[in-house]
Amino acid sequence: MTAQRPLLLANALLIDPAAGTERHGGLLVRDGLIADAGPHLAAGTAPEGTEIVDCGGRVVAPGLVDMRCFVGEPGYEYRETIASATAAAAAGGVTTLVCQPATDPAIDDPAIVDFLLRRARDTGIVHFHPMAAITKKLGGREMTEFGLLQEAGAVAFTDGARSVTDALVMRRAMTYARDFDALIVHHTEDPALVGEGVMNEGEFASRLGLTGIPVEAETIMLERDLRLVKLTGARYHAAAITCRDSLAIIARAKNEGLPVTAAVTINHLTLNENDIGSYRTFCKLTPPLRTEDDRLALADAVADGTIDVIVSDHDPQDVETKRLPFAEAMPGAVGVETMLPAALRLVHAGLVPLAALLKALSTAPAALLRLPGGTLSRGTPADLIVLDLDTPWVLDRDDLRSKCKNSPFDEARMSGRVLRTIVGGRTVHALAD
Amino acid sequence: MTQDPSSFVLKRRHLLGIEGLSPAEITGLLDLAEEFVTLNRQVEKKRTSLRGRTQINLFFESSTRTQSSFELAGKRLGADVMNMSVAQSSIKKGETLIDTALTLNAMHPDILIMRHAASGAVELLAKKVDCSVVNAGDGTHEHPTQALLDALTIRRNKGRIERLTVAICGDILHSRVARSNIILLNAMQARVRAIGPSTLLPAAVERLGVEVYRDMKEGLKDVDIVMMLRLQRERMNGSFVPSVQEYFHYFGLDEAKLRYAKPDALVMHPGPMNRGVEISTAVADGAQSLIREQVEMGVAVRMAVLEALARNLPNA
Repeated sequence: MTAQRPLLLANALLIDPAAGTERHGGLLVRDGLIADAGPHLAAGTAPEGTEIVDCGGRVVAPGLVDMRCFVGEPGYEYRETIASATAAAAAGGVTTLVCQPATDPAIDDPAIVDFLLRRARDTGIVHFHPMAAITKKLGGREMTEFGLLQEAGAVAFTDGARSVTDALVMRRAMTYARDFDALIVHHTEDPALVGEGVMNEGEFASRLGLTGIPVEAETIMLERDLRLVKLTGARYHAAAITCRDSLAIIARAKNEGLPVTAAVTINHLTLNENDIGSYRTFCKLTPPLRTEDDRLALADAVADGTIDVIVSDHDPQDVETKRLPFAEAMPGAVGVETMLPAALRLVHAGLVPLAALLKALSTAPAALLRLPGGTLSRGTPADLIVLDLDTPWVLDRDDLRSKCKNSPFDEARMSGRVLRTIVGGRTVHALAD
Repeated sequence: MTQDPSSFVLKRRHLLGIEGLSPAEITGLLDLAEEFVTLNRQVEKKRTSLRGRTQINLFFESSTRTQSSFELAGKRLGADVMNMSVAQSSIKKGETLIDTALTLNAMHPDILIMRHAASGAVELLAKKVDCSVVNAGDGTHEHPTQALLDALTIRRNKGRIERLTVAICGDILHSRVARSNIILLNAMQARVRAIGPSTLLPAAVERLGVEVYRDMKEGLKDVDIVMMLRLQRERMNGSFVPSVQEYFHYFGLDEAKLRYAKPDALVMHPGPMNRGVEISTAVADGAQSLIREQVEMGVAVRMAVLEALARNLPNA
């Protein structure tokens, strides 16, 4: 590695969600690590040869950790590659990306984990970690090699957007996972209750003449899972919850002291079923967008910590799979690049404090996956963002780095964005002034 | 405690399990078995103590070593031995277990040796017949003669059982051998450990009198005896453990893992072995292995059980 010049992010508002601190000052990066941070660091104090960036009072915070992002390698390179996904991530302030196993072949074998880590080393520009499948070929029947996959570098186990419907298979997987202290990340949607459903069940679906998906598809699976957590003691993370009812279930499990955490996608925090409007397929998601009441409850849950993590649920879909009648279109939305500006809407609306938001976007997922990051502590890797909170701009999907442009935020007004993204001390994204 | 083996009598009609046997009874059986070890190494191996007696081996589950071991034991003691294996049995024709028991009972056997895939089946049959019944393995419940032959093998090599640390490793959930051994070793004051992935450990296993380890290297530390268990093929492809590779990596006994046990630790396996699944060939055939000796002890222990039960049979 070539020696880097030290870098001083001066005149910044340093927000460290891990320490719960917020103070004006500077942050010094040396040898890829955070060397020092605090009010005593100003432009004049920097050692000779230091590159100085005046942040103009803007926020410096830990880079984001996105633990639910579909990347098409191997098998779906036309939708996304590690190169394109990590470029999009860098532009969105995401310094650690965790990919999903629904590839072809699925990430269910240590050799594929090894392949991905090598590809990421060669083609990625942010940190990259794979999640591996819970069951072989995501088939829901036979558990994968949790031990060997974890040794190879899998950070957690999930069947992606599929639920393990067989409770016995799930029980055994959780029992086995516990021996390896492995994290089970589960999509909680009972496919039998989803049926032919394509959006939230209710008045709006009825008016559109679309088949609905009841919230019980989620809550029944979630309840089952948490009973199994109690039985097995496995570390469990609900991959993407969408409704008020699920929050009560999660809160109860946490009160019981079960090793349970939960995530919400940026889409479910900032959109609701009405955004589907006249059959906008970019708002067709799995699990589906719910009501405004659910959205507000989810935002409150991020603020009070019932929900631990916000994810992009980045799912690049080719235009040909979206330009179809709503029921026939593929679900999914790109999001890794727009997650932070979209999330800032919650801050501007007074729903979630900035520190709580940043914690759910960085500190909490890093801790859950036992990855570095999510902190401004001295000696930790310099994975950082410089963040503007207020400048208005309009999203043009053609500007997105992702190979696919299926963003529900196309032409949306945003306030604030990432100005600079730093990974291991290197600037991997800087917005041109 | 020690008494003359030649006069030892098992004062019970059946041997259905280790559960309920006193340490004195276990010791009596092992002492008696020692005599048969000596006998079995002679050219003249015949005794006449079971002359006139009829022994039926009733195996509802196929078995090579246990059935032949019981057959040889009975023949060396002079009994008339008949093997009834499931393939020829009327069970295939729909007869219930009780009806089979009554049919056999009408033939006046003296000793029935029975193996069945259902836990408790041997006890059920024992209630319906007039002869002695020996459990040769019922479901995932007990396999008492295996535990006795293991105890004899341990005692002959270590000089004692009490205060030894014995690790039972692998598929404890489905193992009758493990259950019988846990009971016997506890009764004889050994310290017992259970090592395996949680998916292969029975619920509340620690309540059976074992210390539980999920990590082989940790669990083998300071162990005197390593008892490996067989993992059935249908359980190693994702249902209970993900794969053979992963199972062997974490729970297969190879030379590297064996080094965590005491330097003079000895290795046992009830057989039949899956080499490369639960045990490596180097360990199975290595200097610390007692696996072949276990087979020899099997015949002696079964002779002791038959003899000790027969001494209690009515003579009129």
